[in-house]
Amino acid sequence: MSRVFVPLVLAAMVLFASAPLVVAGAPFEQTMGLVQKIFYYHVPSAMLMFVSAFVCGIASAVYLFRRSAAADRVAVAAGELVVLFGLIVLVTGPLWARKAWGVWWEWDARLTSSLLLWMIYLAYLLVRRFGGPGSEKLAGAMALFGMANVPFVYVSVNYWRTLHPKTSVVMTLAPGMRAAFWFCVAAFAILYVLLLTLRKRLEDRQATVEQLYLATED
Amino acid sequence: MRQFLRVAWVVMRKDLTVEMRSREIVYTTVFFAASCVLVFAFALVREGRPLEDASAGILWISIAFAGTLGLGRTFERERHTETLRALMLAPSDRPAIYVGKLLGILVLMAIVEAVLVPLIGLLFHAPIFARPHWLVALLAAGTLGFASVGTLFAAMLVRARSRDVLLPVLLYPITIPVIIAGVRGTAAIFQATPDEPMARFWAALLVFFDVVFVTLSLWTFEPLMTE
Repeated sequence: MSRVFVPLVLAAMVLFASAPLVVAGAPFEQTMGLVQKIFYYHVPSAMLMFVSAFVCGIASAVYLFRRSAAADRVAVAAGELVVLFGLIVLVTGPLWARKAWGVWWEWDARLTSSLLLWMIYLAYLLVRRFGGPGSEKLAGAMALFGMANVPFVYVSVNYWRTLHPKTSVVMTLAPGMRAAFWFCVAAFAILYVLLLTLRKRLEDRQATVEQLYLATED
Repeated sequence: MRQFLRVAWVVMRKDLTVEMRSREIVYTTVFFAASCVLVFAFALVREGRPLEDASAGILWISIAFAGTLGLGRTFERERHTETLRALMLAPSDRPAIYVGKLLGILVLMAIVEAVLVPLIGLLFHAPIFARPHWLVALLAAGTLGFASVGTLFAAMLVRARSRDVLLPVLLYPITIPVIIAGVRGTAAIFQATPDEPMARFWAALLVFFDVVFVTLSLWTFEPLMTE
């Protein structure tokens, strides 16, 4: 992992440094104008939030059934990243909604389900932090149930009504916008992989320190 | 299979026998649920008239609150007397113990609902006899969904610190689909002209939720409860 780590850091730095230029260079949307630019940060974050939720759920399932401590460490890293990227989504979304819909928050299907998913993983982190000894398993079950819950949240909330732009908008972007959009997706994806590996490595180190500590105590 | 059902039955009977002797959880939970309804009544009744369409929401919120309380108390009793460990040491299937505990909770919640539903009908003028079979179906499916996740989490939380706070923190985000489906389905049959297709849709969603989460709970109970 360490061999590709430095090139990844460099790639992320180059991508994020040039992202504002690419986003500024993309054509303006007719009705929204400048406000539409937030889309280049909002949608990639939302994509990675969902990816991360599944990474966390699957890693937790592996931890519970195979008792692999490494999988648990991946799950912690992914769980924290769900909350981080979810925060980006929940901050950039209302900023756009204020301009587009005239209100900060609307009880729309996609907004509500994102908020609920974010809350499930916030609860996951709360259990890990305050559950005391043995809370890893409890948190693992929370992540697994949270992942299984995604379709239910989606269907139940979707039956209200939907204001949010359809996800198919991504496939029908104007050519100039499309390039900028996928550029940002790539930048965020690399950032995600970097953060995940860094956080996992920190957990690994902590586990090693703990083991050494226990060894010297004996 | 017969062994499995027998263990589940014995665990449930044990819980109900203990409860029958003291009646502590039933009395306190029913009283709590009724006071929930009253609190909502004070918040939502204006000039002597209840808010239209509020009764379904109040019913399900009271069920969720009272259910959380009942779950917490049931497992607190096991923790207090150190009997959960004894149950786990018993040479039987772990999932059977889960099913036994779940049945006990379901009986408790059914008693609470038997008091709550007439109370809502009385205080909020809800037409509880408009479509009784759909109301019972929604309540049964919703309660099973809520209790299946709740029993698993409450059992795991027995060993955790700050378990009182963590149970609702974990349980509510996961059971939001149950609340949405329960409230919307019940509201559909409480309308002036009951909307049966709508109630059927939400009941189907609840049944689907039950199937997924009961299966997941049975599947994860064993690894989760092993130290």
